[in-house]
Amino acid sequence: MTTSVPKTGVSVRRWFNGLEREQRSVVIAYLMILVLITLGTIFVTPNFASPTFLIQQLRQAAFLGIIAAGQMAVILTGSIDLSVSWTLNLAAVLATSVAGGQDSRILEGVVVGLGVGAMVGLVNGVGVAYLRVPSMVLTLGINVLLKGIIVVYNGSAPKFEQAPPFLSWLATQILGGIVPVVVLFWVIISVINYVILNRTTLGRKTYAVGNNEVATYLSGVRTPRVLIGAFILSGVMNALAGLLIAGNAGRSFNEMGEPFLLPAIAAVVVGGTSILGGSGKYLGTVAGVILIRLLDSALNIVQVPSAMRDITFGLVILAMLFLYGRAEKVRE
Amino acid sequence: MSLATDAPAIEAREVNKHFGGTVALKNASFSCQPGSIHALIGENGAGKSTLIKIFSGVVAPDSGLLLINGQASTIHSPADAARQGIVPVFQELSLMPQLTVAQNIFIMNPPRNRLGLINSKALAQKTLQFFSELRFEHIDPNALVSELPLAQRQLVEIAKALSRNPRVLILDEGTSALSIHDVQLVFQVIRRLRDEGRSVIFISHRMSEVDQIADTLTIFRDGKDVGAFPMGSVRRDEMVQLMIGRKLEQVFPPKLKELPQQTVPVLEVQHLGWEHVLHDINFTMNKGEIVGLGGLDGQGQGELLFALFGLLRGLRGEICVDGQPKQISGPAAASNAGINLALIPEDRKTEGLILPMSVGDNTTLSTIDRIARFGLIDRKREQASIQRTIDRMQIKTPSSRLPARNLSGGNQQKLVIGKWLLTEAKIYLLHDPTRGIDVGTKQEIYQLMRQLANGGAGILFFSTELSELVGMCDRVLVLYEGQIFRELKEEEITEENIVSAALGLEYTNSAERTVSLSGTTHS
Amino acid sequence: MTSANIATSLFPTRSPLRSFFRRNFRVVLVYVILLVLLSINIRLNERFFTPPVITSTFNQSMTLVFAGMAQTSVVVSGGIDLSVGPIISLANSLASAVFVDSAVGIIGTVVLVLAVGALCGCINGIIVVYGRLQPIIVTLATASVYSGLALFLRPRPGGFVPRPYGDLLTTRISTLVQPWFSEQSLANTVVDYIPASAVLLLIVLLFVWTPFRRSRLGLWVYGVGSNQGAAYMSGVDVNRTKIAAYAMSGIFAAIAGLFLTAQTLSGDATKGGVFTLQSIAVVVLGGTSLFGGSGGVAGTIAGACVLPVIRSILFFGRIDPLQQPLWEGLVILLAVAAGSTRTFTIKNRLDILR
Repeated sequence: MTTSVPKTGVSVRRWFNGLEREQRSVVIAYLMILVLITLGTIFVTPNFASPTFLIQQLRQAAFLGIIAAGQMAVILTGSIDLSVSWTLNLAAVLATSVAGGQDSRILEGVVVGLGVGAMVGLVNGVGVAYLRVPSMVLTLGINVLLKGIIVVYNGSAPKFEQAPPFLSWLATQILGGIVPVVVLFWVIISVINYVILNRTTLGRKTYAVGNNEVATYLSGVRTPRVLIGAFILSGVMNALAGLLIAGNAGRSFNEMGEPFLLPAIAAVVVGGTSILGGSGKYLGTVAGVILIRLLDSALNIVQVPSAMRDITFGLVILAMLFLYGRAEKVRE
Repeated sequence: MSLATDAPAIEAREVNKHFGGTVALKNASFSCQPGSIHALIGENGAGKSTLIKIFSGVVAPDSGLLLINGQASTIHSPADAARQGIVPVFQELSLMPQLTVAQNIFIMNPPRNRLGLINSKALAQKTLQFFSELRFEHIDPNALVSELPLAQRQLVEIAKALSRNPRVLILDEGTSALSIHDVQLVFQVIRRLRDEGRSVIFISHRMSEVDQIADTLTIFRDGKDVGAFPMGSVRRDEMVQLMIGRKLEQVFPPKLKELPQQTVPVLEVQHLGWEHVLHDINFTMNKGEIVGLGGLDGQGQGELLFALFGLLRGLRGEICVDGQPKQISGPAAASNAGINLALIPEDRKTEGLILPMSVGDNTTLSTIDRIARFGLIDRKREQASIQRTIDRMQIKTPSSRLPARNLSGGNQQKLVIGKWLLTEAKIYLLHDPTRGIDVGTKQEIYQLMRQLANGGAGILFFSTELSELVGMCDRVLVLYEGQIFRELKEEEITEENIVSAALGLEYTNSAERTVSLSGTTHS
Repeated sequence: MTSANIATSLFPTRSPLRSFFRRNFRVVLVYVILLVLLSINIRLNERFFTPPVITSTFNQSMTLVFAGMAQTSVVVSGGIDLSVGPIISLANSLASAVFVDSAVGIIGTVVLVLAVGALCGCINGIIVVYGRLQPIIVTLATASVYSGLALFLRPRPGGFVPRPYGDLLTTRISTLVQPWFSEQSLANTVVDYIPASAVLLLIVLLFVWTPFRRSRLGLWVYGVGSNQGAAYMSGVDVNRTKIAAYAMSGIFAAIAGLFLTAQTLSGDATKGGVFTLQSIAVVVLGGTSLFGGSGGVAGTIAGACVLPVIRSILFFGRIDPLQQPLWEGLVILLAVAAGSTRTFTIKNRLDILR
């Protein structure tokens, strides 16, 4: 990707055509963000483009962004992680009950929460890599199992739901009125993710596995480790999001993970990553998350009824996919 | 049914086709008369497959004329081609594995009852009847295609094409897995088609088969036809010259006169067995040797390579590398510093390379950990490795960033080998590395193999081409029913010895033997 | 193909019966599991084998059975349908909005709902085929659209469902044929055990699934799922086939929605959602490969009955109701893991990956 600033329309076109397919999707995604902001300013509210509004949006997007970072890694390997909602929930429930609402015990809570996420990821990864259970089915079953565990753990009444104050501070605070702390989390995670995917052997192997696991295996790569690594990342990201969401709401609560699975997958795909794995840029996922967040907000503000919101959401995803180009022609 | 017209059954005139940056066909012309068996030969990348794909409706030409029975036509899709009487049998099998043989063959017109529902009994009947007409009786119509061995799958593939009543049957390497007996069966059917006035276009790398069956011959080179001849009117070396466009000097690099003295063989296999496929395999391989694996298809050669590379579970026996017994748990362990094996797999497109990934990424896949520090890839070292490989292997590509799928077959195979060269392996396991590759690249690969051996590597070379085994190998192990039936050394390595061992025959004086079992005629 | 190795070791010879077992190993397995669970159920609940309980069990499974059949149609063709749940919701919402209390009205509503289901399925198929997009993402998006439509029709639960319609589908055959059989006859007793929903299933199997499955188009669906490229090369109209598979899914989902309507006697735009993921689980339980080309509704039906039977076992075994979701999850996991035993029996590591 060239870094020179395009001066005329012709050289912009040439630069764009010179990009690889993956990179083009990313550019389109960011363009769509601009389009959406423009449309939002015109049709929804003049505040749409204001810094305050956008920062708020980023803050809310961060939760989804953290989840999407993990989901992208899994999707890149050619799998999918459907255990998002209840991993998130379980981590939050365990963390809050272990911490007991006290800042002094917050560290234990965080460790337990993230640890649970890592364990879930490990189980998912081992099941997919060694038992060769299709990821869709395995993570689905794990998801239901985790829900069951929460129900049993909570018993007739939840153990302790309130989030420690520091966690709430982390989730809601905006430093200097400009940088929300969760966005900081998101940025750090994004940088790490970007480096891993683009600069490390693990990243290279991840793309390879997603493209052709057999050939990668025959090349001497330890493919199970790649798969397990991706799922552990996803599990930890889900758990982290759970902790932050609990902090944001002040407590962990039932079904808190419900609204995050489909938007996370949508964000990854809208960001240009192929659902089959093997291709996609992380920056695209970031764009996808922002897009989905802005769209959701726009529809919310206009007070569109839930029905229209769902319909629009679906239609927008389809539209974005059309823009990106499709699977290979059946004929060739 | 004889066609009264004199027009060619199918003809292409000045056809052009390019894929991305590559020109596959350049003003190519081809014409096949009705009632003839027309062979189409040429190196890989010469354009034969593209021409066939155009004829079968899989791709459309950029320009040029297509004529069927003298009339200009367009072919939109395989269904359309079939409607116009053109039916291909491809190398990549076009069977649906989870359907039965009968369902595969008659998928377009299964017998139906009054309600429009498929009548399974009638379907099986129809299939059996069809098979007996073709004399292919030994295949169960209700067997799932996935349950059949490769040779039977190919026969079903051919039967399926024949069931569509082709005016022009195209066989693209459609006999590669068949036994000699089955090949003769197919040839009989082809001859009958010709006698009925239909046409057969026959693509094969096996000159012996082409000799036997073809009436006419067209040679393709670099996307264009370079000559069409009645069979028998052109000599073998003239043919080869036309195919590669330059004089062929020497086919195989010189072998070793004698092995350097060694105390410890680089590979030693004792009492190796696996399932019912491999039994009590014992052999050694020394540094600098090229050891060949011969035998008929499916005698365990591929499995032996897999076994050495750690792909098989429940292995019996012992494998020693450099004198040390080793447990090889998988490809990662096999390619590691302690054991240092490399496997060039059978199918470069799906097992050897990751086609959508760039040439560069493919090159460094096996050695990516070695050019990284703390997991971070050292870009400079990576580029250097890639460039070194491209140069050494002479891989033709405008850029290392292009996807590997853009490369020609020969270059793809060189890329696979180049990837493994970077690992500096001690032992190379080659599974039919030159299958489907043009003559020129084959030469390069032969040279490379000998270079590697001279540099101290041991090479286990499984090939389905007798001439290669004879020309390249210092020793040949012929497998028969999962065991090493014979080990041939030095002067013993002849095509006849390999073949007779492959058939499980004891060594006899072959001077009187007139029928050459490989079908090669000696000109 | 998935458990061929186990099956081959158990049923090595070539006789047709053995061949059947070998090829349909997973389906046979799920029926065995179902039988085992049923016998446990009977042991725990002596009243299990009585008409009311049988009918109730069938009724509880039926929506999922049809949802599973919907998913099966698409999975066999090599795709996946994440909009099954929303189409059920849509069917339910539409029915509750349109139903009137007259015979003609009922029939008209049923026809309309089925048509809408088929239309939704067709749309799915058309976008997948002509948009050349991956089914998982397309149906994810259309799921959202269909959910929205359901919400649009029924923003709040309610609506009208005629009582006779509900009774018809959830009752026992005996109450329907009362006029013809005397109370004491044997026939009446037998018929008392047959739930109307079972008859419905039979009718759907006979008149909807079988004509599709045994038609040439049905064969094409399996062919496309087995190897799309090969099907295309063979002359199969891949586009039409795929659209047909999705349309069938829409029809079955609509049937599921209609049954759900009969059960709940009301419309609720959110009730159908859970069926999407459950339908996938049920397809896998039933032994159908997610890669396509093999399997069928036989296994799916048994798989769909497993979950309610387990719930019943938990209830009568007096297991803490709080533990129910846990057991459900465990069952799905075990069933799925059981299908993966092939990885231990396969001796070629490469084959494990493929």
